[in-house]
Amino acid sequence: MFKRLADSSPAVGIIVDGKPVSARAGDTIAAALLAAGIGHCRTTPVTGAPRAPYCLMGVCFDCLVTVDGVGSRQGCLIPVREGMKVETQLGRREAGR
Amino acid sequence: MTASADLAPSYELVVIGGGPAGLAAAALAARAGVSTVLFDENPGVGGQIYRAITSTPVKDRAILGEDYWDGAKLAEEAKASGALIVNGATVWSLDRQRIVGISIAGKARMIEAGRVIIATGSQERPFPIPGWTLPGVMTAGAAQTALKAQGLVASGRTVLAGGGPLLWLLAAQTLRAGGKIDAILDTMPRRNWLHAMFHLPGFALSPYFGKGMALLKEVRAKVPIHRADTIEAVGADRVREVLFSSGGETRRLPADLLLLHQGVVPNVNLANAAGVAHVWNDRQLCFVPVLDADFGSSVPGIAVAGDGAGIAGGTAAAERGRIAAIAAVRALKPDCIVPDTQAIRQRLQREEMGRSFLDLLNRPVDAFRQPAGNTIVCRCEEVTANQVRDTAKMGCEGPNQMKAFLRCGMGPCQGRLCGLTVAELISAERGATLDEVGYYRLRPPVKPITLAELASLPISEAERKAVER
Amino acid sequence: MAAEASAGDEFDVAVVGGGLVGVATAWGLAREGCRVVVLDEGDRAVRASRGNFALVWVQSKGLGLAPYAGWTIKSSNAWGGFSDLLKQETGLDVAFQRPGGFHLCLSEKELETRANNLKRLHNQPGIVDYKTEILNHDQVKAMLPDIGPEVVGGSFCPLDGHVNSLRLFRTLHTALNARGVTYLPSHRVENITREGGEFRLMTPHGEIRAAKVALAAGNANMRLAPMVGLEAPMRPERGQIVVTERLRPFLNHPVVTLRQTDEGTVMIGDSKEESVDPSGLTIGVSATEAERAVRQFPLLANVNVVRTWSAIRVMTQDGFPIYDESKTHPGAFTVCCHSGVTLAANHALTIAPMIARGALDASLVAPFSARRFHVQAAG
Repeated sequence: MFKRLADSSPAVGIIVDGKPVSARAGDTIAAALLAAGIGHCRTTPVTGAPRAPYCLMGVCFDCLVTVDGVGSRQGCLIPVREGMKVETQLGRREAGR
Repeated sequence: MTASADLAPSYELVVIGGGPAGLAAAALAARAGVSTVLFDENPGVGGQIYRAITSTPVKDRAILGEDYWDGAKLAEEAKASGALIVNGATVWSLDRQRIVGISIAGKARMIEAGRVIIATGSQERPFPIPGWTLPGVMTAGAAQTALKAQGLVASGRTVLAGGGPLLWLLAAQTLRAGGKIDAILDTMPRRNWLHAMFHLPGFALSPYFGKGMALLKEVRAKVPIHRADTIEAVGADRVREVLFSSGGETRRLPADLLLLHQGVVPNVNLANAAGVAHVWNDRQLCFVPVLDADFGSSVPGIAVAGDGAGIAGGTAAAERGRIAAIAAVRALKPDCIVPDTQAIRQRLQREEMGRSFLDLLNRPVDAFRQPAGNTIVCRCEEVTANQVRDTAKMGCEGPNQMKAFLRCGMGPCQGRLCGLTVAELISAERGATLDEVGYYRLRPPVKPITLAELASLPISEAERKAVER
Repeated sequence: MAAEASAGDEFDVAVVGGGLVGVATAWGLAREGCRVVVLDEGDRAVRASRGNFALVWVQSKGLGLAPYAGWTIKSSNAWGGFSDLLKQETGLDVAFQRPGGFHLCLSEKELETRANNLKRLHNQPGIVDYKTEILNHDQVKAMLPDIGPEVVGGSFCPLDGHVNSLRLFRTLHTALNARGVTYLPSHRVENITREGGEFRLMTPHGEIRAAKVALAAGNANMRLAPMVGLEAPMRPERGQIVVTERLRPFLNHPVVTLRQTDEGTVMIGDSKEESVDPSGLTIGVSATEAERAVRQFPLLANVNVVRTWSAIRVMTQDGFPIYDESKTHPGAFTVCCHSGVTLAANHALTIAPMIARGALDASLVAPFSARRFHVQAAG
């Protein structure tokens, strides 16, 4: 879907659903997921339909993911950090997570 | 990085949004001697048009084009001005008393503002076609953001659909960056030319004329362009193909990525929640705030500058920001020296020239704004066009009652992706004007904050007594 | 049937008010075979039905007017059948549940006040016993495992329940539409007169004529009731609600200040302010609600708030319903109360048939006449 232009940004290792993913400094979580070719980042709380980032500018909330154990974070607004744990959010969020 | 706790309890001027309007406003006010803070929710300044201007990995200046690099000067001026610029800062509340609710790294604060300039810009107009919620369907603006901020360029089978300057610009930037575009589906009807031609003289004099023509030529030389009266994204788990029809004939294109765009509209949520009056602009097909010549709104002390005041583009946004900032400085500190607005207004007028032509040429057709059938209108709550239409027929005459009945606009995006569609559908079904129909009445938080953040805010004795009995 | 009413239209009953009280009454009237018109305000109306908390609530009801407890229980008992009828007509499920509800206390002082209020309530002559118990922390925790350590206890009433009130609102409108009731939005009633044995209701879009009129306009009843020889002394107040994103089910019982809807969102509320400005919102009040919610259920701390809401409560001067029929203008009735959700079953299934017959049944509703305000004034 997307490829990276050759660039020299340093690599940043994140964990997506338990698997290591190589992101770049300057990536948001949503951009890192798109660059890694990940199909969807959440399923909806209404019908369970898969969703992926749509607007990348903070207005659509389709890139909601669980970040370091906290649910419903906007992936397009949060820069990646070494060791960050990102999880696909399935349906309704669980209270306490 | 500024934390919530580092902020002062009050600032003379709070600017919300770090695009061209916000950067120019903050720079001017701070330089004039006004204590100024600029809040922006993105990791860096630039807004959408100058996205990642200080950090983009795209070093070949030709890819994004010279207009993009104009943003560097604005960012530098703002940084040098002495204004406090806070990124990663989400403004979730603003009221008539100009109390600003801010959230930074999960910590909320309330900040008092002498004056506020809302410079939250625009967002892409909703483009509700069947299948637009499928993974692999994105906005053209999203692809442009990924290119500017992360150097990501569309690969695989890519289809662009819609119309408007941003669509063609993205196409050109993608091609320059070595990306591939399989087809562009042009949804702007030819008859738009008839309405637009009347305004051509103005456009021909505007700086956009030459650029626009060159852009079209550049893209047309490399990408097949089809007219489309209907478009549908098809796939189970993600988009696999794009169906489109033209003149009664349906065609299929295999696709991994479908990028939609049919213009931009003001991002009204914060201004609406602050109580700023809005009216329908029929030329731009959106709600715009009611503003005076200095971009002051109906709420004293709150101005709306940039594309949030009505769509006019990045360069105009900066000029509008300056005019709003001058008004703020004059009100706060009448003795401060500010630039004369005369020259700024002239530049703004030149920028706005030709806007009518662009608006009419790129006016999206009804079918792509007022969907039918089971097309999803509210992406968050998965409410369909038919549900909205049927409920309007039943007697529901406004978006607030619609929201109560169907939950459209109640999800996390708070109507940003359905508000205009719902209002237009009600208008169409009930034969009422958009000003009669109106818009969602929005409340803080206009962006979600956690319950713990809300709980951490100051509580007066009277406020506590209102709950504890 | 949202068609424009023509001047010649004539109805058996004009219901003034398209909120929950109005549409529940209108639906009940339509079931009785009446030709009904509902006159409503527009989209920006001050509308308590869009801001209520959706409890079908029994505990605490009736302190100061014992018959109100019985009236509330009657509706609570009728609610299951009412929601079944609505589902049969519309296919829509309003998610009525009656698992029993809690009032949670965050200090010994709050618990003591709670126990005293319940004692005073139950010591009234003629009160129905509805078996509300005071429970300590451990007893509450056995039923609500996610409560925090600061919850010292609370009261529990097995008759308490809740419903999806916005879906109830939509369902009643859908049912009215299916029954051919004429619904006229943006028809604010400016004046009502009685001429030639019928009522004439003046609206910005013309005059509506009806044999009877039922005033179900919430706080606006104060303005309308005197036009037909009735009175409705009101004291509106503002309440605010905080709403979270949708969550997986974690709470099996409604709490009077906090409940999880069938859709998964958590509603947090129960503030009272004097202000009657529906556009205003006091952040500090929302903050208090949030702070108490997190103390009651600590697992909610990092849940996202997606909306807040303020609405003006329909509140009579003593907080109890007003059901009246006019002596001077036969055929005019008031249906006016705060608890439009809890009492919806009564309004649809008991009050509406009385209005259809043309007379209120004193054995059921005499205590709720507005004449009580004069008795008190004289006393």
